[in-house]
Amino acid sequence: MNALITGRNGVQTKLLWAGIAALGAVSFGIVALNRGETISAAWLVIAALCVYFIAFRFYALFIAEKVLGVDPGRQTPAYRHNDALDYVPTNRYVLFGHHFAAIAGAGPLVGPVLAAQMGYLPGTLWILTGVVFAGAVQDMTVLFLSTRRDGRSLGDMVRSEMGPVAGAIALIGVLLIMMILLAVLALVVVKALMGSPWGTFAVFCTIPIAIFMGVYARFIRVGRIAEMSAIGVVLLLASLIYGKTVSEDPQLAALFDFRGETLALIIIGYGFVASVLPVWLLLAPRDYLSTFLKIGTMALLAIGILFVQPDLKMPSVTRFIDGTGPVWSGSLFPFLFITIACGAVSGFHSLISSGTTPKMLENENQVRMIGYGAMLTESFVAIMALIGATVLEPGVYFVMNSPAGLIGTTAAQAAQVVTGWGFSITPDMISQVAQDVGEKTLLSRTGGAPTLAVGMASILSGMFGGRAMMGIWYHFAILFEALFILTTVDAGTRVARFMIQDMVGSVIPSFKRTESWSNNVIGSAIAVAAWGYFLYQGVIDPMGGINTLWPLFGISNQMLAGIALILCTVVLFKMKRERYAWVTIVPTVWLLVCTLTAGFEKVFSSTPAIGFVSHAWRFSDALSAGKILAPAKTVEEMQRVIVNDYVDATLAALFIAAVLAMAVYGMIGIGRALGTQRVTTAEVGDVDAVAEPGHA
Amino acid sequence: MPDLRTLGAWAVQTARLMIGIPDYQVYLEHRQTFHPDEPIMTYEEFFRERQDARYAVARGRLRGCC
Repeated sequence: MNALITGRNGVQTKLLWAGIAALGAVSFGIVALNRGETISAAWLVIAALCVYFIAFRFYALFIAEKVLGVDPGRQTPAYRHNDALDYVPTNRYVLFGHHFAAIAGAGPLVGPVLAAQMGYLPGTLWILTGVVFAGAVQDMTVLFLSTRRDGRSLGDMVRSEMGPVAGAIALIGVLLIMMILLAVLALVVVKALMGSPWGTFAVFCTIPIAIFMGVYARFIRVGRIAEMSAIGVVLLLASLIYGKTVSEDPQLAALFDFRGETLALIIIGYGFVASVLPVWLLLAPRDYLSTFLKIGTMALLAIGILFVQPDLKMPSVTRFIDGTGPVWSGSLFPFLFITIACGAVSGFHSLISSGTTPKMLENENQVRMIGYGAMLTESFVAIMALIGATVLEPGVYFVMNSPAGLIGTTAAQAAQVVTGWGFSITPDMISQVAQDVGEKTLLSRTGGAPTLAVGMASILSGMFGGRAMMGIWYHFAILFEALFILTTVDAGTRVARFMIQDMVGSVIPSFKRTESWSNNVIGSAIAVAAWGYFLYQGVIDPMGGINTLWPLFGISNQMLAGIALILCTVVLFKMKRERYAWVTIVPTVWLLVCTLTAGFEKVFSSTPAIGFVSHAWRFSDALSAGKILAPAKTVEEMQRVIVNDYVDATLAALFIAAVLAMAVYGMIGIGRALGTQRVTTAEVGDVDAVAEPGHA
Repeated sequence: MPDLRTLGAWAVQTARLMIGIPDYQVYLEHRQTFHPDEPIMTYEEFFRERQDARYAVARGRLRGCC
């Protein structure tokens, strides 16, 4: 059994930690205080790693021992319910991999790229502070709570600890997040693939490849995962390489050259069909491919950054901290904290930490390594994404990430506008980068994925292949992001469908039968329509869609993190550990302040670029004056813009209402816990515990 | 310090658990030890069961993170 106490007291140990602290301080100084010169990305990596080591060694240990009071002698659900299937005591390194693979997704790759418009420093500071004091604390505490409650889900725990109404609010919150998440991730794929036959061909090929793998592993050579994955990867790379030929042949290229609207409809149709097919046919094999590719690519990127040590070309802080940035609107507070969602704190992780992981934990004392440690790793992925975006020429970054409504649609116009912002770039440079990566144009390729792909291509081609390989690396990066986003679209549609069936089923009981094919078809159609609406709205939005949808996604994700942390706080009070409750109260308060401020600004801000309602008013005023405002070209389009604005405003208002309601329930829970001398939370597995019936 | 073979076994187990397939040997030993009279799934059945279970939303398996 592993004791928590790791090598205390030795002089050597003390010197080692002092050394790490000093190294971290020096690198941080270089990262933060540098003005005007470019610095090596290595400093950013070293600063981040030092912060992680120190936080893991000291803060996470403090939380485990003092705040949560983990008990290495206590039996975990993995032993109590051991069935060698769901509940399996699992080696902690193996479980770490499982947990990290489950929490890692597209979020930490996109958010930091968008945040780079303010320079690398604000993003870095929040990714590091956020993960240490909020994200990792949430993941670890929820994992701990769920482990002590037989691996129950977040929704279950909110219901039993805070009451049925709070539980229902949390569930509706999860459903809304799912909608926005699917829409925004699908939008990232659309933005990456539009007008790109190479990328589109390779991504389309993943469908027959996955189906072949699915049939292979289900019927031909059952369960031979290694074989199946090897075949899949080879076919995938072949389609990636052949994609170049496709893009160079005008006739073939025309078959895979789509506008954004068409791609959106294709993805919506795909989401519907994929979610009603049996899981083994498409979802599972694609999930396997994307999981392995994701882990492999992240490792490759880490090696690339360490090996190439590229310079950060973006200034540490840009003028756009005043809120006038082209990539997304709004000032540093609160919008930076909303934009970098997943690399710093992600509410979604609370669903994973209360999912399969607690059922496999060997010992409570491993919540630190698995909960806190995996989130630190995820944060490192975010740091790498930030590096990927900031090693580009700032001019290239802004040309790629600014909407066409601002920089126009030709390289000459774009170069002029972006140079005017103070990031000098020539039309030739823009065309050169596009040509290097094998694309016709890189103007307004918003959504983060193409930017990261160019960044990754420039880092990885510095390691292998040089400029000749840029195109392959770029499309490899696009393929890898699209692959796991489309897996999420499929899986997420199933989750949303189930939740819709569950909710509607409480009114019409027959709708609850998930084995009914017609129920599933109807449920999937509703789920797809819901996220498809936001996706399509985003695609036709001349401001690029990401501008509107990403903040909504960020707000919803932080809102869920807020809910999870409120639960953690309430339970700490119920455990009579209120002395240490500041550990979860501080991040809770910060997240609530950020989401509420951002939510209010999105609804009520008088700046049309930020506030949905004032944007709608601007269009209604113009409409009643008989004018047509760009980007709309007709009266119908004007009306559609207005309707979309009100839908978005309503959604933001719902998020605000959910957060406020949960905060009130949290206070009530804390008040009740303070009113009694006893421990009022029900845990499982304590040998000395006296059963306390009647206490929820 | 674990030897290379152990590390290799961990790597394989990790890769398999990442996609939701736990160790079959562990399952086999568990069933033989604790439920010797009950039927034991073959590896093929075990694989299919775990593959379906990974995406069984109704049983609380939520997939798709961000």
